[in-house]
Amino acid sequence: MDDKFAAVGEAMPRLLEGLRVTVELTILGAIAAFILAVILGLAAASPTKVWRIPARVIIEFFRGTSLVVQIFWFFFVLPLLGIDLHPLVAGVLALGLNYGAYAAEVVRGSIQSVPSGQWEATTALSLGPVQRMRRIIFPQAWALMIPSLSSLLIHLMKGTAIVGYITLADFTFQLDQVKRVSGTLFTYGIVGMLGYFLFALLLTLAMNLLERQAKHKLGQGTSLRRILSPAPAPTTRAGGIQ
Amino acid sequence: MIEFRDVEKAFGDNVVLHDLNFSVQQGDRVTLIGPSGSGKTTILRLVMTLEEATDGYIFVGGEPLTHEERGGKRVERSKKDQKRIRQRIGMVFQQFNLFPNMTVLENIIEAPVHVLGQSKAEAGEKARLLLDKVGLSDKADAHPTSLSGGQQQRVAIARALAMDPEILLLDEVTSALDPEIVGDVLAILRNIADTTDITMLIVTHEMQFARDVSNRVLMFDGGKIVEEAAPDVMFSSPKHQRTKDFLHAVLGDADGTIGTH
Repeated sequence: MDDKFAAVGEAMPRLLEGLRVTVELTILGAIAAFILAVILGLAAASPTKVWRIPARVIIEFFRGTSLVVQIFWFFFVLPLLGIDLHPLVAGVLALGLNYGAYAAEVVRGSIQSVPSGQWEATTALSLGPVQRMRRIIFPQAWALMIPSLSSLLIHLMKGTAIVGYITLADFTFQLDQVKRVSGTLFTYGIVGMLGYFLFALLLTLAMNLLERQAKHKLGQGTSLRRILSPAPAPTTRAGGIQ
Repeated sequence: MIEFRDVEKAFGDNVVLHDLNFSVQQGDRVTLIGPSGSGKTTILRLVMTLEEATDGYIFVGGEPLTHEERGGKRVERSKKDQKRIRQRIGMVFQQFNLFPNMTVLENIIEAPVHVLGQSKAEAGEKARLLLDKVGLSDKADAHPTSLSGGQQQRVAIARALAMDPEILLLDEVTSALDPEIVGDVLAILRNIADTTDITMLIVTHEMQFARDVSNRVLMFDGGKIVEEAAPDVMFSSPKHQRTKDFLHAVLGDADGTIGTH
């Protein structure tokens, strides 16, 4: 057992380097996915066909094809057409498009779940479509979409494990290397599981805080500041009624 | 100020309003009464452009609202024209519909700032006057969800008035409130009716309020006006049997009238 720890300890710099690549891909992929999700989600929620139909086609296409095939496509097929992408760019693009398509459905669904009374109030106040979305509907939809986006983010993080196929040395790739010295069970079973799990836990906690803050803005639940403050929470007054 | 000309509204095969004609003069306070499903709320929603008439024309201040007749055809007006006319109209809803992502003050200044282009200071000053008027000057920075239903509805009234509407539509504004709060909200509306010349179109089940505030009452049934009269006439000596039945049902009086209580 000791030699296994020693082997992992020795390989630690490589594992950390791999973890860094995984974190990088996760964050960049998530940013790309989110931007895409908002654009596609808004278009898919639009009453205008000119926006809705292309959005639907893109969403269905990228949801309906495998992430592995997409990543191969960006890395192996595009060069045949004369477009060379850095592996990191190919990875981020594939993750962004694939999970962005899923998240777009979350964005669309949340926008359409904002009660009709809110939409009607914006009409009664003559707000234009852009103001209505930006100032009233989206901020409310945001609180609704976070839980689903949060689980998609964890999926995306785990999805990064396939970039080893396109020459990126991520956490899984490094585990594979270390396995040769320290054994499959120990490396994958303990180091690998723990590494991904802790990262996922961190992401979940961050998203939970984001959700709390978003809900507080809508007058639901206590504020983040109060939760994090060391002083005992005062008996609820300004927090509002749920 | 408002004119319905041969207006028809159907939801699928269900015709809610049929060949409706009526008009409301500037400064009029018109109450629409009638059993639920008689099309009263649909009329307010048509004026607010929340629904679109399936036929006929609606005029606001002499101008066609959503559709106009051009070369013998019924054509939709441009979004820009519709928005310009819509700005003259305000509406208060049964469910208040305050924006939960904003404070009370932000709710009120939202449209004046972002639609009318007022400065935040200017809109804020006016909002505080309006909050004072509805008795909530201490709630400017409160969150809508921390307010009672009656308070939320008063904020909603202030929010509608902040746009300086020429027409105010009141859609069962007290129906979602506890009975003991209804009086406060009605007192505020009565005060607005007394101190402004805003044209009001009111759908309510509060017959006493209808009697106090309105100068005309329209009785609806099955999407048609069955009777029209001044409130004292309508409530003391209704002519049509449908009106008598309806008033009897809502007032619970033996003779179906509201007298001096």
